[in-house]
Amino acid sequence: MTQINVRVDGASYSDDVEPRTLLVHYLREQLGKVGTVVGCDTSNCGACTVHLDGQAVKSCTVLAVQADGSEVTTIEGVASGGGATLHPVQRAFHELHGLQCGFCTPGMIMASIDLLKENPDPTETEVREGIEGNLCRCTGYQNIVRAVQQAAAEMRGEAPGDPGASPAAGDTAAAEPMAAQS
Amino acid sequence: MTVTEDAAAMAPAKEVGKARRRKEDARLITGKTTWTDNMVLPGMLHMSVLRSPVAHARITQLDVSAAKERPNVVAVLTGADLAEEQGSIPCAWPVTPDMVNPGHPSIAVDQVNHVGEAVAIVIARSRSAAADALEAIDIDYESLPVVLDMEEAVKDGAPLVHDHLSSNTSYHFVFDSAEAGTGASVDQAFDDADVVVSRRFVNQRLIPAFMEPRSVVVQPQGDNFTLWSATQIPHVLRVMLAMVTGVPEHKLRVIAPDVGGGFGGKLQVNPEEVLALLVARRLGKPVKWTETRSESLMTAHHGRDQVQFIDIASDREGNVRGLRCRILADMGAYLRLITPGVPALGAFMFNGIYKFPAYRFECDGVFTNKVPTDAYRGAGRPEATFAIERIMDELAVELGMDPLELRRKNWIQAEEFPFTTVCGMEYDSGDYETATQQALEMIGYDELRAEQQRRRESGDPVQLGIGFSTFTEMCGLAPSRVLGSLSYGAGGWEAASIRMLPTGKVEVVTGSTPHGQGHETAWSQLVADQLGVPFEDVEVLHGDTAVSPRGMDTYGSRSLVVGGTAVVKAADKVIAKARKVAAHMLEADEDDLDFSAGKFSVKGTPGSGVGIQEIALAVFAAHDYPEGIEPTIDAEATFDPVNFSFPHGTHICAMEVDTETGFVKIRKYASVDDVGTIVNPLIVEGQIHGGLAQGIAQALYEEAIYDAEGNLTTGTFVDYLVPSAADLPHFDTANTVHPAPGNPIGAKGVGEAGCIASTPAVVNAALDAVRHLGVSDIRMPLTPERVWRAIHGGGDGGDRATAGTNAHSVSSSEAATASATEGDQQ
Amino acid sequence: MIPAAFAYSRPTTVEEALQAIADGGDDVKVLAGGQSLIPVMRLRLAAPELVVDLTRVEELRGVREEGDQLVVGAMTTHADVLSDPLLAQYAQLLVQATETVADRQVRRRGTFGGALAHADPAGDLPAVALALDAEFVIAGPAGRRTVPAGEFFVDYLTTVLEEGELLVEIRLPKIAAADGWGVRYEKFNRVAQAWSIVAVAAAVRREGGRITEARIGLTNMGPTPLRASATEAALVGVDVSLETVTAAAAQAAEGTSPSNDLNAQADYRQHLAQVLTKRALAAAAGL
Repeated sequence: MTQINVRVDGASYSDDVEPRTLLVHYLREQLGKVGTVVGCDTSNCGACTVHLDGQAVKSCTVLAVQADGSEVTTIEGVASGGGATLHPVQRAFHELHGLQCGFCTPGMIMASIDLLKENPDPTETEVREGIEGNLCRCTGYQNIVRAVQQAAAEMRGEAPGDPGASPAAGDTAAAEPMAAQS
Repeated sequence: MTVTEDAAAMAPAKEVGKARRRKEDARLITGKTTWTDNMVLPGMLHMSVLRSPVAHARITQLDVSAAKERPNVVAVLTGADLAEEQGSIPCAWPVTPDMVNPGHPSIAVDQVNHVGEAVAIVIARSRSAAADALEAIDIDYESLPVVLDMEEAVKDGAPLVHDHLSSNTSYHFVFDSAEAGTGASVDQAFDDADVVVSRRFVNQRLIPAFMEPRSVVVQPQGDNFTLWSATQIPHVLRVMLAMVTGVPEHKLRVIAPDVGGGFGGKLQVNPEEVLALLVARRLGKPVKWTETRSESLMTAHHGRDQVQFIDIASDREGNVRGLRCRILADMGAYLRLITPGVPALGAFMFNGIYKFPAYRFECDGVFTNKVPTDAYRGAGRPEATFAIERIMDELAVELGMDPLELRRKNWIQAEEFPFTTVCGMEYDSGDYETATQQALEMIGYDELRAEQQRRRESGDPVQLGIGFSTFTEMCGLAPSRVLGSLSYGAGGWEAASIRMLPTGKVEVVTGSTPHGQGHETAWSQLVADQLGVPFEDVEVLHGDTAVSPRGMDTYGSRSLVVGGTAVVKAADKVIAKARKVAAHMLEADEDDLDFSAGKFSVKGTPGSGVGIQEIALAVFAAHDYPEGIEPTIDAEATFDPVNFSFPHGTHICAMEVDTETGFVKIRKYASVDDVGTIVNPLIVEGQIHGGLAQGIAQALYEEAIYDAEGNLTTGTFVDYLVPSAADLPHFDTANTVHPAPGNPIGAKGVGEAGCIASTPAVVNAALDAVRHLGVSDIRMPLTPERVWRAIHGGGDGGDRATAGTNAHSVSSSEAATASATEGDQQ
Repeated sequence: MIPAAFAYSRPTTVEEALQAIADGGDDVKVLAGGQSLIPVMRLRLAAPELVVDLTRVEELRGVREEGDQLVVGAMTTHADVLSDPLLAQYAQLLVQATETVADRQVRRRGTFGGALAHADPAGDLPAVALALDAEFVIAGPAGRRTVPAGEFFVDYLTTVLEEGELLVEIRLPKIAAADGWGVRYEKFNRVAQAWSIVAVAAAVRREGGRITEARIGLTNMGPTPLRASATEAALVGVDVSLETVTAAAAQAAEGTSPSNDLNAQADYRQHLAQVLTKRALAAAAGL
């Protein structure tokens, strides 16, 4: 057992861990941070993505001992005001239907936030390449890409409302105009 | 966050048709979800499974004594320990009376029949202790001949998967239109035909690859058991587990919490669910099993895997005369829940949207030493759609006709609905021409054809092709009587109930258990419209047999069509009950009451009235209600459809093929789907997108490959290529709406449409790009190497797996030639 | 899945790391970024007794200039490579290839030295190091030694690194656009995340309309990364044109021995090597 001290989503923890404990298992099983999930064994799916000292990593491919002294942010810690105000990326995923079963969503959101930090105004292609390390089996990615671009616009302080970015708009007579972003 | 609430307050706009943001999202985007693996119970133990590394062998020695001594190990169990109580994984669909079912132990007792089959289980205090102790189990195997190639397996004298059976054939299923009285003699049709085209298509083995790995937790409480599982089918699972294990049904509660995708892959009674229940019963302790991704890819059921011999007959003008399909369907080593039924479900779809006068379908279900196949998004219908949409292109080439012109000439016209097909199916509604026209405009068809011409003329290394799929499918599974006539073991109804709470809030209980689709949102929209209550006042409960006692769950694009209709019918009953109370409260005759926007009012008396939410409070108080009724307006309903619904659509793919490398790239993709009435356009669009991704992935990326020893060589996401955002194109999607006449919502089902339709459109597009270079088939998935070989070496691109392991040992062109009939014009 | 239990050491200097490895016995694995090692351990295809984690050895991280060479610390992450101004100026080929490695999360942890020491012929960076004639500085119990790239890669997943040794630095010659160099990493794979089926790392120096020097590394064309020597030789002194480049690229597969696997057969890989070499050269030469 090795002792580690970490801050996770703003709270400090001190724990003994086996060296082989993966960061994601430490988060889920020792801290009860079950918002972060495990989807594969080979670091392909990205469902376990968290931020380690501000950078997106796959927490299934980092040992918990390696996070000693670090700051970890999970999906449970990205909303501000103690969870009262959703992160713009969270909000955009909801608004633009960027999730279905939601299993990949925590990792997808964490990767997207990381992408937008580096590139605040990505093209569609840049978004697609920016989240290439995260697999989604439900959405076909199109609404995820739209969501990331809409969140980017909001984070840049631009008003959203590009009708081209609206899912379903014009696709059916039944579709109502998209609600305005609050 | 949205302005829709204000709009709703101003005018009682219909909820159905609104792009409501999903209620489900709040917990999913914040990490506050309840996946099964999140569950922690006091004293909970962890189960790990030792799996066979060999495909076919007798277990000659199994020693678990060292594993039992490992730290924190509570028990180690083998097949011998559980043989008396494990029963057999059930198969609910004996498609023929003489179908052979060898039985399916959850844990092997003396023989293993596929790599990954459970041979021992460890129960320990931690996940890691359970995993570690597996390494201390000593097991020896005596190899048996491995059966992998279906075409070899059905030959006389082939080695047997199950040596107590007389062959590797589980069943021979036939549908013949002349015998059924739904069409003419197919032999006559082929004898009389001017043109016959024959092809052998391989619909490769796929892995559903839901993102949430399977997980099960069982908690014993006295002689009661609660089982949480990442399942699509808590209701079916409860019945089946009771039958298999002898735990009485009323002592077993099954809960499907949030479930991270299924696509048919979680439509199963899994061996590990049975084992976890048996362990919990034996030890009296809660136990959890969560699979790794490698376990998932290796042991959760696979999908597709058919070799299809397709013959089509037509006259010179391109009027189709007959269709003959001979199918080999890989069952894998055992029959699981609906393993044999998947190809049978496709049997009625090979004719597609075309007016064939004669049709014959024959299918052999074949055992091999591989993991069983079962439902995967579309289940039988993608295989059928692929075959018909591919062979229509081949026939068009043979006739020198435009592929779309050939389709037009033969498809059912809009004014011909309802139309009874050569399979006896009554197609409900639609308009193939309108959908096609719209799709052509969306993709910019004429421009693409002009570019294709330019590239051909200049000999551009990058060629362009355009492929069509004008498809239909049968959805809304299913009319119980039809299922009965197909020997399915259960009905296809769905149940719902509505509870009107004293504060006017509404609880909707549905038997249709979602795993990502958005039932909570869509059902709220339905109920808000029916009862005239705010969308926000509706809560949808599901996925727990104690909360939702009756249900048939989610698969086959059935939820809205069948389950949604049950909800609507329950709401109608609530209104009928409330009407009596309203009449009493308003001192009016029931017949004089109007019900609109949630309010009963007396005709011709403006300003009078009582809301249904007020009535809920009144019957709760029950101080004053009419004689002769019970003081409740709650209601339940069960809906059993009388027919399937038949969504349709036109999908067009424009594909670039780099002839130097064989790399294919989708340039544009447009689809126009008619899924009937759209309750929530966001959800409909999302379902189409996701289906397209999976259908395109079959065409381009995914294939479960076994080596010559029966090892799955695509056992991680490194090798089983689920596409990422960077690998998929933008989709242009739209809808036409022809309401389904078979249900009051008018919905046809959307869950599988994109997946069923897209695969042949993609392959047809690639072929269209290189047809002038002499290519007439390329096997799926269209790996760059296969495309390159087809262009430069002829044939269909060849194998990826070791020869003889994946039922593709023959090249399609050779096989087609071998099976060509006398009338064949090739 | 969970790795088998192991002892863990987290040195902060190269000296401590060498000591930890020396003390660790026969079954030691060095953890650099861990992006290949940890998955392999999770699948229990590797179960070392001791893992020596280099992530806190600060001296191994970073890029510096030494004369006409750049010195890249072995623990410099792929993300560091992508944001480093010196590499941007003098090692565009490495930058281009690194952009194609895995995905952004993996690039945050994975390291240049780790990828080279792992020596997977399907990995993108060994061929780049080989094409650039990088020098590998290896520290061991007996001190440091420097090995040219041509000698570093010995066989499939095998390098000249002996037990007890560590790769500490990689020295790259400066290759600058200002000196007439053009570069291109041409990668061919089936999906974005997949390993290369074949890739070509090309650097071409032009002077007055002629090619004066060409360096071409091939990824996944044998058990080790390879140079396309015949093509390189054929390019020296020729005019910069599509014809000369195409003719030279036709020899790109000479001397290669690619594997047959699920992704491709050997003959197809050899064909791809020619096509991709042509494309890489054309792009590098500004055609």
